[in-house]
Amino acid sequence: MTEIILKNIFKSYDKTEVIHGVDLKVESGKFLVLVGPSGCGKSTLLRIIAGLERITSGEILIEGKEVSNIPASERGLAMVFQSYALYPHMSVFKNMAFSLENLKVDKKTIQEKVNSAAKLLQIEEYLQRKPKALSGGQRQRVAIGRAIVRDPKAFLFDEPLSNLDAELRVTMRKELSALHEKIGGTMIYVTHDQVEAMTLADQIVVLNEGYVAQTGAPLDLYNNPKDTFVAGFIGSPKMNFMNIKSIKKGNEIILNSECFSIKWQEDIEADQDYTLGVRPEYIYICEKQDSDFEVTVDYSEQLGSETYFYCNTVGISQLIVHQTGQYKVSKGDKLFLRLDRSSMHLFGTNGKSIKKNKT
Amino acid sequence: MTNSTSLIKNIITQKKYKDKMHWTDYFSYFYLFLGVFLMFGPIIWLGLSSVKTNAGIQEYPPTILPLSQIQLEVDGYDKPLSLYNVTLEDGSITQLAEIKRVGITSKMVDPKDNEKKYKIPIDKREKIREFSVQWENYLDPLRKYNFLLYFKNSIFVTVVATIITLIINSMAAYALSIYEFRGKNVALVFVIGTLLIPLTIILVPVFYVIANFGMINSLWGVILPGAATPTGVFLLRQYMLTLPRELIEAARMDHASEWAIYWRIVLPLSIPAIAVLAIFSIMWRWNDFLWPLIVLSKSEVYTLQIALNAFHGELTSQWNYVLAMTMLTLLPIALIFTYLQKFITTGIASTGMK
Repeated sequence: MTEIILKNIFKSYDKTEVIHGVDLKVESGKFLVLVGPSGCGKSTLLRIIAGLERITSGEILIEGKEVSNIPASERGLAMVFQSYALYPHMSVFKNMAFSLENLKVDKKTIQEKVNSAAKLLQIEEYLQRKPKALSGGQRQRVAIGRAIVRDPKAFLFDEPLSNLDAELRVTMRKELSALHEKIGGTMIYVTHDQVEAMTLADQIVVLNEGYVAQTGAPLDLYNNPKDTFVAGFIGSPKMNFMNIKSIKKGNEIILNSECFSIKWQEDIEADQDYTLGVRPEYIYICEKQDSDFEVTVDYSEQLGSETYFYCNTVGISQLIVHQTGQYKVSKGDKLFLRLDRSSMHLFGTNGKSIKKNKT
Repeated sequence: MTNSTSLIKNIITQKKYKDKMHWTDYFSYFYLFLGVFLMFGPIIWLGLSSVKTNAGIQEYPPTILPLSQIQLEVDGYDKPLSLYNVTLEDGSITQLAEIKRVGITSKMVDPKDNEKKYKIPIDKREKIREFSVQWENYLDPLRKYNFLLYFKNSIFVTVVATIITLIINSMAAYALSIYEFRGKNVALVFVIGTLLIPLTIILVPVFYVIANFGMINSLWGVILPGAATPTGVFLLRQYMLTLPRELIEAARMDHASEWAIYWRIVLPLSIPAIAVLAIFSIMWRWNDFLWPLIVLSKSEVYTLQIALNAFHGELTSQWNYVLAMTMLTLLPIALIFTYLQKFITTGIASTGMK
């Protein structure tokens, strides 16, 4: 059981700074997911923890011990790479045994450990094959097997599922989750896919351009995003953002856009510009008398069990609406929409979140 | 076996259309045969000439086949005389042996009657030849000059030098491609820079070094100075750079020491490049002449190339022995090349892994 703490990590390549002071705490036995768009520094951060990249300044503590000057091979961590990085000239057995051989473990123990890991991952039949003769999913299992044979202090995953096809990705995701339950080690997982992040993580760290945008449990990030970046990144399809203005009418604050006005219960400053965020799943189709505004459908995606509408209206170029069930709607049709009052997010002009609406 | 013969038959009878020959087919075959002739011609000439007599080799105009002029013992003459078909003034043709040639006339004798002498213009006679294979060209040097010893020396130099070259060069290439250290690029520039300096320039200083180590007339004096070649380092380095970075990082995560990464990951994956370098090294070492000539002056440590040179005396050269032994010298390298050439193609074709 290992706790990993990063303190004020900075990383520059020549003069370009890519990580700007990241603080992070991975609790023992937890599954932490680093998520963010490409180029946000998530892989760099993982490689820093692994010891494959040196930091410019800051501290890395593994089990309370400062390790920033200890090479990767002595940190006792295991890593699963995006390309799997299996040694092509060795059999699956040799691939898995390699780290134990480096640690001078005796042959009998190696045999036992590799066999039990192979059994856990159901790859016993392939032990004598070369990686070339395995499918993508099997290679993935071998890569994971190679990580678990030597009981590392923590597991690091660098986008391990991104080379698999969609169906296999879902299966492997479940298996990874089950694996974490079974062996219970500390795991740090990097992905750009927020679905993987939401489904696997105990805790998600959203990174944006080398900064930590927000840290929290998956649903916490979904329900209470700190800013427009996290709000837009977590959740699929993206949250809808609308520009609005607050107006004081008597004792009440009204949010005014070009096509609708909504009463806001919270006490906020009047005569200010804000961004209103509403997730597609919290916009409902209703009758004209209950509606907030009317939209024109540009395009709809019918998935059978659910439907996505891409609409536009005055002042809003694209509004995504998610509905369960099937609808007979075609391009150019009008819809009346109502926003869920309890699930609206208000952001200031700087993008930071202002309290949610009370009901 | 039948499969491969039909494959070869298929390859050498390729044409553009199935049923007729296009002009490009004629042109291709002409061009290919020309190429074969240019490249193989000298070797065929060498092979045929290696079984000619010394006189046969120097004969003008030269002949392709090992035909040699018939020599006869004639009473009253110490040396055997060459036999000719001579057209006499009366138009009859008879066989005469040459005693001596003076300008454009030749003094000749009838081999059956050594009292009958003639003066014949040289354009009235024609050599009488017979097909004869002079195996002594091969056997004499092996018996008289101990050529097997030179073979042994050459094999020792080639094998040991190639092994040392491969080890040193692959380690240097590993350092210059995968191992991270300060001044890596400077080191690389220095290694590549030595490519600019030809052997002739450093010949004397290197000779002094070897002399001071007491390695003159020792095979180690031939092997060691050339063991680290910048060409080899560069070739292997470029190949190692194409190995996926993640493999090396995976090995680092797997607790591997730098030596383990080199020995167990990088070296096995670089086999195609190493095979190419091995071929080069074998050819360089086997054919090397200048450096061994300088270091080796005692005949018991001669390599083949130096031994071949020893057949050239100050006044005469024993061409028949030189050609025969050259033929033997060619054989091993040709065999090794046919065995290893498939590694060259795979070395170029595959970059390791998908």
